Amino acid sequence: MGDSTILSIQNLCRDFKMGDQVVHALRGVSFDVHQGEFVTIMGTSGSGKSTMLNILGCMDKPTSGHYVLDGEHTEKLSRDALARIRGRKIGFVFQSYNLLSRTTAIENVELPLLYNSGISSSERRRRALEALDMVGLTERKDHLPSQLSGGQQQRVAIARALVNDPVIILADEATGNLDTRTSYEIMMIFQELHRQGKTIAFVTHEPDIATFSERTITLRDGLVKKDEQIEMQDARAAFEALPPPENL
Amino acid sequence: MNPLTLAKIAIRALLRNRMRTFLSVLGIVIGVAAVITMVAMGEGSKKSIKEQMTAMGTNAIIIMPNQSRRGGVQMESSEMLEEADLIAIRENATYIDGVSPMVTVGGQAIVGNNNSPTSLSGVSADYLKIRNYEIADGVMFDDVTDRMAKVCVIGQTVVKNLFPDAEPIGKTIRYKSIPLKVIGTLKAKGSGDFGQDQDDVIFTPYQTVMKRFNATTNIRQIYANSIGEGYAQKATEEIMGILKERRSWTKPTDPFRVFTQEEMIQMVTSTSDLLSLVLTAIAGISLFVGGIGIMNIMYVSVTERTKEIGLRMAIGARGRDILLQFLFESVIISLLGGAIGIALGIAASETVKFAMNWPMSVSVTSVIVSFGVCFATGVFFGWYPARKASRLDPIEALRYE
Repeated sequence: MGDSTILSIQNLCRDFKMGDQVVHALRGVSFDVHQGEFVTIMGTSGSGKSTMLNILGCMDKPTSGHYVLDGEHTEKLSRDALARIRGRKIGFVFQSYNLLSRTTAIENVELPLLYNSGISSSERRRRALEALDMVGLTERKDHLPSQLSGGQQQRVAIARALVNDPVIILADEATGNLDTRTSYEIMMIFQELHRQGKTIAFVTHEPDIATFSERTITLRDGLVKKDEQIEMQDARAAFEALPPPENL
Repeated sequence: MNPLTLAKIAIRALLRNRMRTFLSVLGIVIGVAAVITMVAMGEGSKKSIKEQMTAMGTNAIIIMPNQSRRGGVQMESSEMLEEADLIAIRENATYIDGVSPMVTVGGQAIVGNNNSPTSLSGVSADYLKIRNYEIADGVMFDDVTDRMAKVCVIGQTVVKNLFPDAEPIGKTIRYKSIPLKVIGTLKAKGSGDFGQDQDDVIFTPYQTVMKRFNATTNIRQIYANSIGEGYAQKATEEIMGILKERRSWTKPTDPFRVFTQEEMIQMVTSTSDLLSLVLTAIAGISLFVGGIGIMNIMYVSVTERTKEIGLRMAIGARGRDILLQFLFESVIISLLGGAIGIALGIAASETVKFAMNWPMSVSVTSVIVSFGVCFATGVFFGWYPARKASRLDPIEALRYE
């Protein structure tokens, strides 16, 4: 495990008991992710990618195998310690945004820092503004989620994932609820973050979204089927190549 | 998370569902207001009974023969009190402040054309302080110098009856054709506990009544007062001891009956205590129902916000953070309800006091206890929903629709 390894999993297995049957969601997965990598995890439904993401996000523990995140052996940690890791080292972006309704954009972005008692309220505000600026929504900071478009809501969610300066950003079908144009816009943001040196693991089942990353891990039936470096496509170029929206 | 942030989050969540919050608060308000009012009612009536009783006399004790009667027929001759008993008590008792016999003659007092149908009470000078009488004009007679003297001290009702226009001091009244010189008048005292006029009295030295009117050595009752509140029991035992010793009493039954004022107060207040206990218990039940209301609404709130809980957990909230968030909500509901309920209860008590002229007394203790109970209610009824929230699995919670 080299110095630049952010995340390392070895022989990861996860079983679920469904009645008296045991379902093997993951059957021994191993890979490393290095500092600054932009990885997509691909797979059809039932391939184990959601289970994978839950474990990578420290919301679930493997049945066996090892998972080291930023030097911490997570399989031994308590519920509270895992919550702490989620709050300090991981930034989540969900398919359905999961913003708190009736809560302004900036307050949604501040949320992860609330659970870190070492951060003062002024520091919290400063970092939230910085994160919103990064996704280009500074002027919408006082808007409620209901006053924002889907793409804007997802950008708020990305800002929320950035605000605690995580070692890895985990995106779960982050473009799944968006149209192609908006999806590409979101991918432009992820590529920008990649350029700034952020480590990103992006779960998707759409092959064209995967082309905007530099490495694709494909899961099938709980095993790694393919793990390959690919040539990263430029999301901005793809966006500009799209036909203009008809209704404008 | 610091408490201030938690409180802010809780208040915001409560404001989001104003109607629901208002209704849960209302449940507590009604319960607390009912408790405060009921306790005020109970305390008030107890206080007023006590005031009436002390107006009758301070720490009074009454000693009388223990008559064993069956069907109105006296079974054995009862032991009688006499002057020697009085002197023995006065000289030997240490828990007794004042002591006085009470011997009476029925009849009417006459001055010229006026008369007053007032019984004549033979007492000693101590009787005034035992029964809380005060001299308005003139002097009280003295036990030693005025022994058997034909003098009297009269109450205001008697003054009105016999001397409508004249100054009574120095005048002579006739009682059963015996002339008694008025040497003092009493301050008005008003009616007693049972409606009798306490100003319709004529006091004269007890020896005057015993020798000049009744020609007897027996004393029907002895009044005394203990040296202070809480000494009644000791004083009673002491008196009984003195009386038995004088008679070398060996029978198992007591020769005399001794009533203390505390016993009498207890007799009257025990009913009112029971009543206020029942009322307070009913009010307490309504507070309990209010608590169940909070629990219900918190369960709804937790279920409704499952996704929010999942998200908060995903971004770093520990179970404890979630627990406190929901506990703060329920405690804020209950404390708010408590504060409003206390205010409403005090207002209701005051209204009843002035509008219906009932004795009401809001005790500080009931206010403090109510507030404490509200806090406990919030924690108790908020605990299970909050714990349920804190134990949710973040993955499941996030998937919840």
